[in-house]
Amino acid sequence: MFEGTDAILLARIQFAFTVSFHFIFPAFSIGLASYLAVLEGLWLKTGKPVYMDLFKYWLKIFAIAFAMGVVSGIVMSYQFGTNWSVFSDVAGPVIGPLMAYEVLTAFFLEAGFLGVMLFGMNRVGKKLHYVATLMVAGGTFISAFWILSVNSWMQTPVGYEIGANGQFLPGDSWMEIIFNPSFPYRLFHTVLAAYLTTAFVVGGVGAWHLLKDRTNGHARRMFSMAMWMAALVVPVQIFAGDLHGLNTLEHQPQKVMAMEGHYESHPDGAPLILFGIPDSDAREVKYAVEIPKASSLILKHDADAPLDGLDTIPLDEQPPVGIVFWSFRIMVGLGFAMLGVGLWSLIARWRGKLYDWPWLHKAALVMGPSGFVAVIAGWITTEVGRQPYVIYNLLRTADAASPLDAPAVGSSLIAFVVVYFAVFGTGTWYILKLMSQPPHAHETGVKRGDTGPIRTAGITPGPTQDPGNLSPDSLSSIEYVEPQDIEPARKEDGE
Amino acid sequence: MIDLTVIWAFIIAFAIFAYVVMDGFDLGIGILFPSFAPGRERDRAMNSIAPVWDGNETWLVLGGGGLFAAFPLAYAIILPATYPLIIAMLLGLVFRGVAFEYRWRDPSHRRFWDAAFTGGSLIAAMAQGMILGALLQGIEIDGRAYAGSWWDWLTPYTLLTGLGTVAGYALLGATWLVWKLDGEGQAHARKLGKIAALATLALMAGVSLLNLFVRPEYSDRWLTAPELYWVAPIPIATLIVAGFMWHALSRDRHSKPFWLALLLFFFGTAGVGVTIWPYVAPPDLTIWEAAAPVRSQVFMLIGVAITMPLIIAYTAWAYWVFRGKVGDEGYH
Repeated sequence: MFEGTDAILLARIQFAFTVSFHFIFPAFSIGLASYLAVLEGLWLKTGKPVYMDLFKYWLKIFAIAFAMGVVSGIVMSYQFGTNWSVFSDVAGPVIGPLMAYEVLTAFFLEAGFLGVMLFGMNRVGKKLHYVATLMVAGGTFISAFWILSVNSWMQTPVGYEIGANGQFLPGDSWMEIIFNPSFPYRLFHTVLAAYLTTAFVVGGVGAWHLLKDRTNGHARRMFSMAMWMAALVVPVQIFAGDLHGLNTLEHQPQKVMAMEGHYESHPDGAPLILFGIPDSDAREVKYAVEIPKASSLILKHDADAPLDGLDTIPLDEQPPVGIVFWSFRIMVGLGFAMLGVGLWSLIARWRGKLYDWPWLHKAALVMGPSGFVAVIAGWITTEVGRQPYVIYNLLRTADAASPLDAPAVGSSLIAFVVVYFAVFGTGTWYILKLMSQPPHAHETGVKRGDTGPIRTAGITPGPTQDPGNLSPDSLSSIEYVEPQDIEPARKEDGE
Repeated sequence: MIDLTVIWAFIIAFAIFAYVVMDGFDLGIGILFPSFAPGRERDRAMNSIAPVWDGNETWLVLGGGGLFAAFPLAYAIILPATYPLIIAMLLGLVFRGVAFEYRWRDPSHRRFWDAAFTGGSLIAAMAQGMILGALLQGIEIDGRAYAGSWWDWLTPYTLLTGLGTVAGYALLGATWLVWKLDGEGQAHARKLGKIAALATLALMAGVSLLNLFVRPEYSDRWLTAPELYWVAPIPIATLIVAGFMWHALSRDRHSKPFWLALLLFFFGTAGVGVTIWPYVAPPDLTIWEAAAPVRSQVFMLIGVAITMPLIIAYTAWAYWVFRGKVGDEGYH
């Protein structure tokens, strides 16, 4: 098996598979951690129990998503070395330190405070618990900062020297490397994408429960919060995406040519191809539906501005057009669909019908997973669009791989596919099961049987039940004790 | 002049040691899990590590990421050389990591996720020990790349180092549970601790003896004067610590066996360090040949100097928050 298969192709598939799977979880947990921080902050400020209920509801989901993000992330941190050893060797001196900073400033922060965030409410009190939540949320953002800096440097490498041994070495200024030309745009666009992904998940879950019971106050609150995000942040995101595109045009023109399907140069204004089928053999987009000169207008802000096409780029330096063309359209299409839901919700809100229009709720439900599809499509656009290079214009992906034979990579690829679908499929199923429970008052937090540091209701005697025999029903029947009720007891308990 | 490369070698060694002892007791509990009765005993064992396992595992990312950053060439050679072991370790960690959450989410499949917790822990521990063995027995290099085949790592020696690691992790896990459990669970952990201690010492002795033959330069280091006088205290101290630990396991001591197991691992790590020094991938690649340039080393050192005290402080705080016996609350 795999004899005669191209080992590098298998390594590419393996990386694409594991990184795509991995990114689903941070895309969700970056946004969800911030949402949890907002909910807990509102609870502390207003004292309204609905915010603590929603916090506990989403905390259970966060715990699962975070665990999946952690274990799939560890795989990524080793895969540079296992499968892309030439890249690791030559780029290590520049990007290695940035990734070390990610571990030191983000991963430890998240992991160190996660235990307290999940299980520690009764042990540390409200304020310190909120600090823990903020640290976890801050950690997810700091993590995004560093890893996107690394990715951006690979897209727009600056501030390096080439050493005698062929390594990329850092130049005088680390600031120049960290804040490389595409980084601010990529960071802004990606973090907003994570927030929107979470907002649409929250909105979808809220909509689902409103469709079943439009009087559910908890569902109303989460739906309303999510729709504010959709209405306010989607326009900002579309603007950010446009800026990111202009930045890409400046630094990685081939990628934009592939996104636009521009095989040919257009000296007097390039058309915006809405749809069509790119044919890289014939070097044309078949059945194209296009708006004349609109692409020049968008990219150059001048309808008659000339735009170069892929005919100006040597064939062996061109990215695959079809994938980039389609993934870009999926992302943009979903972005505008999100905008539509956001605007619709504004109208509904203005009319006082936010909780009464089932078609709006159905639309929000359908759009629930749209953020995941959009972020993956966006990453496919930017990653495939920079091919054939792993470090743009400097190191080809094909020259960056480990000296491994096809059977080794093929076997690991199969193992990853089987394990990821089984394990993360199961986790997703558990998350969906939790989401299908209606949010309600006296929501329970993350519960761990009847023992240990993990009890939410710590001091009062626990309900008698067989811990080996817990069902979700018996879990939710455990009485939740407001933290302030047990505060004095806690002090007595603490040494 | 201070040698930054040496400083970085010690930082990476510290990260690996921190990982081995911290995730070691997590993985050890996974390995011992089937011997605990389903229900309350297992729940308590799991709950004793649930709040901290994620932080513990982060040291593995620091070990890998730090090696990438500080010794990129070593990272680029060792990982392809031990490819199947790394993949097995990662997949093992996937299973045992998600088991923490999944077993509570799905009571009807709890037995399955408990088995995944054990299997994943066992595979990860075995793979880590074999990676160490593969490193010690030597890695074939051509130019700047691994030059051996993808089965070179599989030898009787690496199987022994793998088993030694499994036993050592089981010892850490058992002594942790002696500390965190009470009653029957604690008595059971004490018994397991003694078995694991015997296995660990026997396997440590076996690996140490084989080390004298696996590469000639190792026996020079351990058996000829004047190095002999510097390294001889390590095995002697190991034996003394082992004696104290046995004593503590036989008495009504709670946290002491764990701290002594930690000390045992410290001497074990020191022994590995003495054996391998100054190579990062014996027999050809020294730490200086694999090191990142000075600018990278300095930039990261600033980061470590600022963040490491904070990391240690808040990690210690998180442990402090969840101090005491598991299950004390709500039952007294």
